[in-house]
Amino acid sequence: MVAQVTMKDLQSPVEPTWCPGCGDYGILNAVKRALVQLGIPPHQVAFFSGIGCGSKLPDYIRANGFNSLHGRPVPIAQGFKLAHHDMVVIVVDGDGDNYGIGGNHWLHVMRRNINITHIVQNNMVYGLTKGQYAPTSMKGFVSSTSPEGTIEWPINPIAIALAAGATFVARGFAGDPKHLADLIAKGIQHKGYALIDVFQPCVIFNRINTYDWFRERIYKLEDDPNYDPHDKRMAWEKAHEWGDRIPIGIFYINEDLPTLEEQIPALSEKPLYQHEIPPKLEDLEALKLMFV
Amino acid sequence: MTKNSVNIKLGGEAGQGVESSGMGFARAIARSGLHIFGVQDYMSRIRGGHNWYQVRVSERPLYAHEPKIQLLLAFDERTVREHLDEVVEGGAVIYDEGLKVDEDEIKSKGVIPMPMPLLKLAEELGGSKLMLNTAAVAAAAGILEFDLSYPESVIRDSFGRRKGSEIADRNIRVANAAYEEARRRYAHLFEWKLEAIPDAPKKMVLNGNQALGLGAIAAGCKFCCGYPMTPASSLLEFMFAQARRFNLVVRQIEDEIGALLHAIGAAHAGVRAMTCTSGGGFSLMVEALSLAGSTETPVVVVVAQRPGPATGMPTRTEQGELLFTLFAGHGEFPRAVLAPGSVEQCVYEMARAFNLAEKYQMPVIVLTDAFLANSLRSVDMDAIDFRKITENIDRGKLILPHEHEKIDEALKDGYRRYEFFEDGISLRIPPGHPKAIYSVAGEEHTPEGFIDWEERADNRVKMMQKRMRKLEVAVSDMKLPQLYGPQDAELTLVCWGSSLGPTLEAMERLNDNGVRTNLLQFIDIHPLDWESVADILANCRRWVSVEGNYSAQLSRWIRMNTGLKPAGTVTRYDGRPLNPVYIVEQLQSLLVKV
Repeated sequence: MVAQVTMKDLQSPVEPTWCPGCGDYGILNAVKRALVQLGIPPHQVAFFSGIGCGSKLPDYIRANGFNSLHGRPVPIAQGFKLAHHDMVVIVVDGDGDNYGIGGNHWLHVMRRNINITHIVQNNMVYGLTKGQYAPTSMKGFVSSTSPEGTIEWPINPIAIALAAGATFVARGFAGDPKHLADLIAKGIQHKGYALIDVFQPCVIFNRINTYDWFRERIYKLEDDPNYDPHDKRMAWEKAHEWGDRIPIGIFYINEDLPTLEEQIPALSEKPLYQHEIPPKLEDLEALKLMFV
Repeated sequence: MTKNSVNIKLGGEAGQGVESSGMGFARAIARSGLHIFGVQDYMSRIRGGHNWYQVRVSERPLYAHEPKIQLLLAFDERTVREHLDEVVEGGAVIYDEGLKVDEDEIKSKGVIPMPMPLLKLAEELGGSKLMLNTAAVAAAAGILEFDLSYPESVIRDSFGRRKGSEIADRNIRVANAAYEEARRRYAHLFEWKLEAIPDAPKKMVLNGNQALGLGAIAAGCKFCCGYPMTPASSLLEFMFAQARRFNLVVRQIEDEIGALLHAIGAAHAGVRAMTCTSGGGFSLMVEALSLAGSTETPVVVVVAQRPGPATGMPTRTEQGELLFTLFAGHGEFPRAVLAPGSVEQCVYEMARAFNLAEKYQMPVIVLTDAFLANSLRSVDMDAIDFRKITENIDRGKLILPHEHEKIDEALKDGYRRYEFFEDGISLRIPPGHPKAIYSVAGEEHTPEGFIDWEERADNRVKMMQKRMRKLEVAVSDMKLPQLYGPQDAELTLVCWGSSLGPTLEAMERLNDNGVRTNLLQFIDIHPLDWESVADILANCRRWVSVEGNYSAQLSRWIRMNTGLKPAGTVTRYDGRPLNPVYIVEQLQSLLVKV
């Protein structure tokens, strides 16, 4: 039975400190809608965030939260999930967190297919540190650390996720919270690792990739009746579409792989935190015999 | 004749089975009721190079190895070249008769060459030249006149069940022939003998890493993760090997950064969690350690030291990370550092680390080193009493989210993760209960756990005092340095970690030589009741710190906390473990100066 959860249940006493018009409001709204839609009560969800504007999100929703270090929420979330696998675990971090400093953790979480939903707020700029270029900034992007425009090409999160073995790869837009909520809900329902990269306009430091810039270009993959998100080759092609037309929606989904936690024998009966400790004395005594 | 006191060295190329033969022989000797101490030395390569394994035997417990040996088993010519000088007069070298060994040179040192048809016996009776090491160990048993049934039982256990008893039978055939041949040809020439003590207490043979694993499992550690790094890897492997039996989650992570963070995540969920690494890996963990301090998450980190800086000497030993582990991490936060010095202490201190971590909701570091992690020791089975661990589990102010009644009782007016209490310790309810929905943050936070976005001065001061207060309270749970030897002495040796064993023996030798000496071992490094430590040291006539590092780091830590200076220091930083002979020599030159 789905529990009755309302937007009010998810109301935090803390007021967001985000700038007016920030894309993070749309993401917060979408996250709440997804939890309401799925009827997940606040005590059964745990958010793990990095450091950055968007990583303050756990404080702005009534649920369990862990605001960690820049680039580091992904391994913490995995350790937590393995210790309490009944919990809905959601990582919320930014493009700097996940595509920059925490890139190695991201690469490896994707090949593990642990049942975690990962929302990356991708504003293509470093906002909280006041306007340096990001790993996703477009080539030529002018910022305080690229005064003549960046001379690097941006990360392609969708293509990397596909290559690394992620089993749910999606992209949303903070300017369309309803669509984004639906993606997040599907990501939570997905059995395995789910990436939802989110275009999140930064109204102060990114004057290029604005709400209008995105609205002029984005289209929804699900509107194309010929698009099959189970087809990795199609997904690979769409992952590289950029410019006048940019796809959002579910690029790829594979529901056939076991999750990491399903493959760990110790987790077959109950969550690890519920295991009785210490072990039985007779088992410990038996262990001694291997050293005789 | 010298009975039951001998030092044996096996040497050869990597891949020749030097370590497994040495460990097997050590195990066989321990089964006969004698005590052993086994230490290995290997190069960071899979094949070739030069490896050795040394087994010391005695009727009483051993804590260290000795540089002088009585018996050398050479699997290659290089072993004779490199180690002949270590063999005492009257000692022997056993080697295959096919090796190009200069017998006259051996004889010129007063050592007896004992060529044997080891390869021939292995090939003819065993059908495999791989059984050469079986032949060599059996030959050693032959000249020691050690009851072959003990090595046989070890052979049976190693090969019998797993690969079919046929291989065991062939090994035993080789062993018997080599044993008889060696005994017939050489036993009468060799002074040292081993005689079983069948009614001695039953013994276990294990190394420091295995002992840490036992302690962790007994303490209810359910989550262990790491990234392989010598000399910590064998601890991670031990936990993997026990995962099924004890329902553990053991994980290999992409790097050490992720390893400590995984442990933090698991601990945040209410599980006893640990990670293990060496200095280089710990360098990567430092940021996460600070996060554990800020979020008050109880995790245990094992740091098995090896020489640095950088990659240093990957297969050697050093005690160079004491000050690093004490100060690692940005910002000020509470932690504890424990340094067990023996196999038994590894078991108990590891278990205690989990209690301290959970009781004070802080990271605890357990410091060992390659010497302690790898060296093999026999201990009486009764010396490891798991009840001492299982009956003393202390999880502090933890209530798990499924303990509904306890939560109802504890929470009258809501839950604040970082609520202020006099002892600085807040109630810890991991996420999952509807009455305890909350956030935590590495960033400075409010009692509710929200980021204090105004960065208020008064909240900051309270939070700093709350966290640091835990250290003051924890002092009551910490042990003052342990005294060994006579109460009053003219010389006190101060040591920590693996230097305990060699320093203990050095102390005994000094006492035998008329220098009244005792020893103070620091197991608990931090936090400590430093006033009491100062009193203890002030009562020592002269104290000298004995450490396996360059800068005598413990003596610096003591001075920082008490203002007291040692009369001198004995240090070693060539990558080799301390040993009693080295310590006494260094002390002699030091004491002349003092």
